[in-house]
Amino acid sequence: MSGRHLLGVRDLGAEGIGEVLRLAETFEEVGRRPIPRVPALRGKTVVSAFFEDSTRTRLSFELAAKRLSADVSTFSSSSSSLNKGESLRDTVLTIEAMGVDAFVVRHACAGVPAQVAGWLSGDASVLNAGDGAHEHPTQALLDCFTLVRERRRRFGTVAAGEAVFAGLQVAIVGDIRHSRVARSCLFAFTALGASVTFVAPPTLLPPSLDGWPAEVSHDLDDVLPKCDVAYLLRLQNERMEGQYLPSLREYTATYGLTAERARLLGPSALVMHPGPIRRGVELAAEVADGPASLVTSQVASGVAVRMAVLYLLLGSGAPIGA
Amino acid sequence: MPSAWPCSTYYSDRGPRLARERQLLITGGTVVDQSGSRRADVLVKGDAIAAVEGGRVLRAPAGADVLDASGCVVAPGLVDLHAHLREPGAEEAETIETGSRAAALGGYTAVVAMPNTSPPADSAAVVRQVLQLANGACCEVLPAGTITVGREGRVLAPMAELAALGVKIFSDDGSGVQDAGLMRRAMEYASALGVVIADHCEDASLVGSGVVNEGAISSALGLPGRPAVSEEVMVLRDIALAHVTGARLHLLHLSAATSVAAVRAAKASGVAVSAEVTPHHLALTEDNLAAYSTAFKVNPPLRTFTDMMALRGGLGDGTLDVVATDHAPHPEEAKDTSMCEAAPGMLGLETALAVVFSELNFPLERVLAAMSWVPARIGGIAGQGGPVTPGSPANLCVIDLARRWVVQPGKLASRSRNTPFAGRELLGKVRHTVFAGEPVVVAEEAQR
Repeated sequence: MSGRHLLGVRDLGAEGIGEVLRLAETFEEVGRRPIPRVPALRGKTVVSAFFEDSTRTRLSFELAAKRLSADVSTFSSSSSSLNKGESLRDTVLTIEAMGVDAFVVRHACAGVPAQVAGWLSGDASVLNAGDGAHEHPTQALLDCFTLVRERRRRFGTVAAGEAVFAGLQVAIVGDIRHSRVARSCLFAFTALGASVTFVAPPTLLPPSLDGWPAEVSHDLDDVLPKCDVAYLLRLQNERMEGQYLPSLREYTATYGLTAERARLLGPSALVMHPGPIRRGVELAAEVADGPASLVTSQVASGVAVRMAVLYLLLGSGAPIGA
Repeated sequence: MPSAWPCSTYYSDRGPRLARERQLLITGGTVVDQSGSRRADVLVKGDAIAAVEGGRVLRAPAGADVLDASGCVVAPGLVDLHAHLREPGAEEAETIETGSRAAALGGYTAVVAMPNTSPPADSAAVVRQVLQLANGACCEVLPAGTITVGREGRVLAPMAELAALGVKIFSDDGSGVQDAGLMRRAMEYASALGVVIADHCEDASLVGSGVVNEGAISSALGLPGRPAVSEEVMVLRDIALAHVTGARLHLLHLSAATSVAAVRAAKASGVAVSAEVTPHHLALTEDNLAAYSTAFKVNPPLRTFTDMMALRGGLGDGTLDVVATDHAPHPEEAKDTSMCEAAPGMLGLETALAVVFSELNFPLERVLAAMSWVPARIGGIAGQGGPVTPGSPANLCVIDLARRWVVQPGKLASRSRNTPFAGRELLGKVRHTVFAGEPVVVAEEAQR
């Protein structure tokens, strides 16, 4: 991984992604130890600056930093001075002045991690933990990691690491328009050699897909039999209904992975979802909990992958071994 | 105009500005106005032009100030139909004093102050306050009034009362009048007053929460978009309403190629419509947003290269009548935030002429027409926009077209710093500005 920040998967390329995946395997082993902690980032300070609500991503980042022995502080906008009229830039510079090595930034507006990186005067790193409908790079990385591990485990794929993506057919289904996960996954999967098809009604696609390495389909039944991975997205918010879609019922009927529709999947096809799932809307409960589902495995991958990213950006040179 | 309103003769009451008659000689320049271009010296006495002499070099009368215009163009002062001077209510961003100083440095001798102040200029009280503050300004400041009370798009503002105070332009700028029925009645009502209805054309239902032009860039950046069609549909609606009401319609800051085409067709069919374009829409595109720089966030948004070229074409063939700045000062904290929360708008008064002159390969007379005498005519602003002839009010700017300079935000006279042209080298700078006979800018320096 080159560069000081992780702002998007787009900047990583196949080589950068492969580096993260290989290191994550090491850290996954660390997680299985009786004392799952290494001194790699001892003395480093990581601040999770979450300007938008999140439970799993924040928790996952903080666990990752702690397992690397970093000091971790949490900042959330509800407890911040943003409510008192301080500008975002001032808030960031104030935190920086306290001596911080990494900012893990989530914001409801796209671009904030890049802006924060531009504002910093020192050499702290910025890790994008999700910005608007732009990118969520660690989600895509943990999805890649999950796919590699699961395909190897299930099918004994001989190919090393990320090579399992070559020729893989992935369908990303649902609210592409408002999804940072869809964008990051598209760039990660295709960088590693997979083909991606976006499946969504036109209202839930970005206004322009110029230059995006994705096919588009409005017919899930047509895509499912051909795909190796069906990646379902969460409908982003409740306003969706009536504005972008006639109803959740109609959405489920046309784009939901119902139990019935899941039968169209091939025998080795896998089902993924970044969570949290709206059961019965985009994904039927029996499919989410069924044998093809990687949902739990995705969550489990998060900590190891985020350890790898933190280590690559902040590594002090201390050994990873116990 | 009925004069049942108090202070209805505000403008004509002002009288001569100076106790002692000042004399000013502008020497060595080339006069350019609506009647063409000629080498001439200009003698100013009091607040009027006394002589324009091309055949011989004028000698400065005893006690006269001399402004060197050698190598320069002497033009009617520029006229901006669209500036946000922020007073009353947002004096931390700009005041009429600082805004008019910025205007004078940019060559302007008249500026229309948009009414989206706090409180907005929807009452005689606010309009009178602006007029009062304008008395000490470095250029003529003409308050525009709102179309609806509070710019809320529900109740018509007291247009006749405000027109009696001298208001010539009505606008809810900042946003458009969304309700077509109300806009129709506003136009009908305005048509009897001889005033201009100026609309900010963006259909709110199509704009949503958008912050940049909708398209490939917004999609790649993951930012919600403001589509060009949101402007086009309101332009088409307003043109149709102007056609049936006979109102004088002025379309503010057009940004999309489709809007230019709509105005071109409307003019061909005889609708009384005028349109303006900003220097930033003429010189910048959405590509500038790629690094999430809030300095480039503006409504309507910067659009594609195709749109920019269509705007240039529209200005070139007269479809777009006017270059207006949409000068929109904001304090740093309003821009030092996310793209979604950052205030839209950018400075314009001090850079407008140089940007247009540097970026567009237009004849100087076309540029000056769009920035001086045409806006003066559209805005009904007497005594502005030339011609440079004896007896005319002495509102002039002297432009050094060969002067190269770099835009330095810290050196601008505006109280705010939000220029999108920071660090850019521009060609052409205003050397002197004369407002009502007073040299308010001399050798690129504001005199007060």
